[in-house]
Amino acid sequence: MKLRKKLVAASMFAGAVTALSFASAGAAQAQGALVMYCGVQEEWCRGMVNAFERETGIKVSMTRKSAGEVFAQVKAEAANPRADIWWGGTGDPHMQAAEEGLTVEYKSPKMGELQDWAVRQWEQSKGRTVGIYSGALGFGYNTELVKSKGIPEPKCWADLLNAKLKDEVQVADPNSSGTAYTLLATIIQLMGEEKGFDYLKSLHKNINQYTKSGAAPAKAMALGETTVGIAFMHDIVTMVVDKAPIKVVAPCEGTGYEIGSMSIIKGAKNLENAQKFYDWALTPAAQKIGAETKSYQVPSNKATPVPPEAPKLADIKLINFDFAKYGSSEERKRLLSKWDNEVKNLPK
Amino acid sequence: MSRATLGWIVLGWIGYALLPWYGFDNTATPTLSDYLAGHSGLVLGLKGAWWLLPVLAPLLIALRPVAGGSGKTDANWMIGAGLLGLALILLQGFTIGLNGWTLDILKSLFGAPGPKQGGMGYGATLTSTAFLLVLCHGFAARGWCRGDAFVTSSIGIIIALIIVFVFFPVSTILASAFADNSGNFAPLEFFAKFIDRSVWGLDCLTGDLRCGVAWNTLFLGLLVAFGTTLLGLAFALIATRTGFKFKGTLRVMSVLPIITPPFVIGLALILLFGRSGAMSSLLYEWFGIPRSRWIYGLPGVFIAQLLAFTPIAFLVLIGVVQGISPTLEEASQTLRAKSWTTFVTVTLPLMRPGLANAFLLGFVESLADFGNPLVLGGNYEVLSTKIFFAVVGAQQDQGRAAVLSIVLLAFTLGAFWLQHAWLGKKVYTTVTGKGDAGIPLPLPRRVAFASYATAIPWAIFTLSVYVIIAIGGFVRSMGRDYTPTLDHFLTAFRVERADWGFYFSGSAWNSFFATVKVAAFSAPLTAAIGLLTAYLLTRQRFSGQRAFEFGTLLSFAIPGTVVGVSYILAFNVPPIEITGTGFVLVMCFVFRNMPVGVRSGIATLSQIDKSLDEASLTLGAGSATTMRRVVLPLLRPAIVASLVYSFVRAMTAVSAVIFLVTAEYNMATTYIVGRVEAGEFGLAIAYSTVLILVMLVAITGIQLAVGERRLGRRSASTNSNPIAVQAAP
Repeated sequence: MKLRKKLVAASMFAGAVTALSFASAGAAQAQGALVMYCGVQEEWCRGMVNAFERETGIKVSMTRKSAGEVFAQVKAEAANPRADIWWGGTGDPHMQAAEEGLTVEYKSPKMGELQDWAVRQWEQSKGRTVGIYSGALGFGYNTELVKSKGIPEPKCWADLLNAKLKDEVQVADPNSSGTAYTLLATIIQLMGEEKGFDYLKSLHKNINQYTKSGAAPAKAMALGETTVGIAFMHDIVTMVVDKAPIKVVAPCEGTGYEIGSMSIIKGAKNLENAQKFYDWALTPAAQKIGAETKSYQVPSNKATPVPPEAPKLADIKLINFDFAKYGSSEERKRLLSKWDNEVKNLPK
Repeated sequence: MSRATLGWIVLGWIGYALLPWYGFDNTATPTLSDYLAGHSGLVLGLKGAWWLLPVLAPLLIALRPVAGGSGKTDANWMIGAGLLGLALILLQGFTIGLNGWTLDILKSLFGAPGPKQGGMGYGATLTSTAFLLVLCHGFAARGWCRGDAFVTSSIGIIIALIIVFVFFPVSTILASAFADNSGNFAPLEFFAKFIDRSVWGLDCLTGDLRCGVAWNTLFLGLLVAFGTTLLGLAFALIATRTGFKFKGTLRVMSVLPIITPPFVIGLALILLFGRSGAMSSLLYEWFGIPRSRWIYGLPGVFIAQLLAFTPIAFLVLIGVVQGISPTLEEASQTLRAKSWTTFVTVTLPLMRPGLANAFLLGFVESLADFGNPLVLGGNYEVLSTKIFFAVVGAQQDQGRAAVLSIVLLAFTLGAFWLQHAWLGKKVYTTVTGKGDAGIPLPLPRRVAFASYATAIPWAIFTLSVYVIIAIGGFVRSMGRDYTPTLDHFLTAFRVERADWGFYFSGSAWNSFFATVKVAAFSAPLTAAIGLLTAYLLTRQRFSGQRAFEFGTLLSFAIPGTVVGVSYILAFNVPPIEITGTGFVLVMCFVFRNMPVGVRSGIATLSQIDKSLDEASLTLGAGSATTMRRVVLPLLRPAIVASLVYSFVRAMTAVSAVIFLVTAEYNMATTYIVGRVEAGEFGLAIAYSTVLILVMLVAITGIQLAVGERRLGRRSASTNSNPIAVQAAP
């Protein structure tokens, strides 16, 4: 009897000890000299990590997540930050993190080599985030489906209201996707708030689905699940390079864009290495890696060669996107709830 | 006083005086001397960490009973020591944080920043455990639970674990339901979010508009629960009560979906029934049925969830159907009831606990499911995805997520109460110690026919989904380019031969090994804790039992995303600082999946006559022995069910782990989600195929290791065909 109880006690103890050793094994391994949250595609993240490790010998622990997920995590970890640097992902959550004081200011010696839009991002965030790449919003269409439907090729935002495209346009839900929020803000800046919402209401009739993820319409187009998809042009280009029957369109009225950003986390345990990475990530050598891993955004260093597949920003009519206004929490909340009430809940 | 109690008191001292009190800094490499004495609570306390010194008092109090005394006062000393010790550790742990005082009051009273300390280490954990156990032994000595220290300790440990790993994190996040975005208390905002039209609107009944997300979720949950229970029952009846030839195949078919990573079923359905899917093309070419997008929305999610969750109903029901004593059915027949009457009035009512549990699990699973609505939901919104995007989406509104979680929680708990009400206080015992001479009756013809008619088409449908999945990994791009290729597997699982051995250069190996490791650790823990809980709930009577049961169900009812965020909020800072480790992943899985162990344990246990345990107890065996020698062997189907389920879940869960993975512990599912996001369906499907194979091997292994339950029932046919998930034929 007693022996048995001792056995029970001993096994409980053993269980607790093993569990703990498991925990500490994990903790002991996490001694990488730079902890990075990466907000772009896996290959690109990997490519950056490998190149940086080769260059500096600093061991990088990288976790890939979508921009919104990184923001949620950085915010939840604010009391005891785990990461040092947050590289990549659309600019809005970076701006919001800067606004909430989750990231710190840093002025890189490379600032002078950057494009104006990247520097403006840095200025607007009071030095807390910097642009590393940018990509314009646009749409694409499945050439086979357009041909079989006998629709003229859409070239402008207005063409998407064609009644023949009923239930044929796909875009993400701005509540869940930064891409779709960029569309909302773009249309408002192009047409003014009232007319912009009128446009979105008419577009609503042609939307077959508001997807959750911003890049999903590009994939749905490639599979032929939708005729037109609104997304960032580089996401559509990735599908084209993959030999999908898709054509990318830069809307004739002009369009908005995103600025993929980089921030140093407040309370970073490896601040010096984070700054090293920050400087390095702004060099042409580091920014080339994007195109090498099939991501066709436009890099922020002027000296980085723009990948030939990338949509030329020069050929695209870009609007003067007000990131400070449309990135602020208040304006975002107001527009999103207005969109929810006036557009999403409309009958078709 | 028993030697076990003495042992725990000694361990309490070891934890305080010898082992390092705090966890190690992530960047430090501990040496052996760090582990011994140098950083123990006692030494640090004397060196200036004064807040650790009071812990000495309860440790000294605990020594009082060792010196000898009467039983009653011993017990009181032990209870006192345990309570005081736990209270002191909690008090100092929560008031002194990484950056000094955690409460503003203390800052103003004693000056900021105040003393600082890190997270609990081995020493602190061991000492706290010892205090808890001493407390439980003290209660046993006072005569609680018939003086059985095993029972009181089990209850104590499980309650403590549930408080630490369920209540504590969940309450941190639910508190944010009542706060505005900057963290101030704002109950009005809670009500505004709660009664919002997007949650409770009923516009779909009256017009063209959409209904509230709460109604959508409820409707889908009920449909899926009903469907899975029906299908599960059909499969269970065929597997146990008929001479059907392809039982083996049928079982594999019914179990495959449970081991399929999320997204994959959804993807396969799109590739089959999407507008350009294989099936849609056939229908269009042969019958001229126009291609449409019907799969996106309620129908698609419903089908995918049916595919995914029928196996759970099957696993729960097969143990129950098999456990029904043929004696009762034979008695019914002897009394001249027709086989249909027997089925309806005897067999079916005896299956009630199984049916109710299967229904409950189907409902709760549907509510918590995240992957399928994400891929197939279209414009049909459910709570789980809505909550996820409230956290990570453009609105970044954690409070809204918490409010929606409360709605989801209310549904789950409502289902739980309904189930209780329906089962009532009836007795469902059919496995008794008495000789059981009956032969299981063949099914009445219409039931058999109905079972075949539901199960076989479904099995064929499942098969075609898996054919798509099998092909998907081996062609360049499913749906566009059917050139056969092995590229996807090579990218993910390349192994190179280097001079010093094998080098795993594929991009998936890292997450693959981490996933297998975490799953292998969490499965046995989940099963053990789950079944122990089921045993305590059905076989022991103690006050607060219902609250206890409610606690075990809570973590299951909360959507994964919320659990993930709440784990970061709770466990990223001292006293319990475990984020970034494999341990936090294991604990997350254990407490998310434990309810299945509990449910299937309860369903099986309520069939087993208490007189079997009592016989064992009367013959002088303690609870622990009875548990091991009598209850556990009879529980084998439940053990298999919970082991399989927790292993599989640890390999396939997405939403909960998205926030918990790190570079070292990246999980297979997050990798797959990344692939799907990047549009590399081929790679995602190839990885999933490998995971499916691994899980098949694991399930077969579990089945072999646990073995089958022998009930001493005679079988009508010579090849008896018992229980559970024979995964591979």
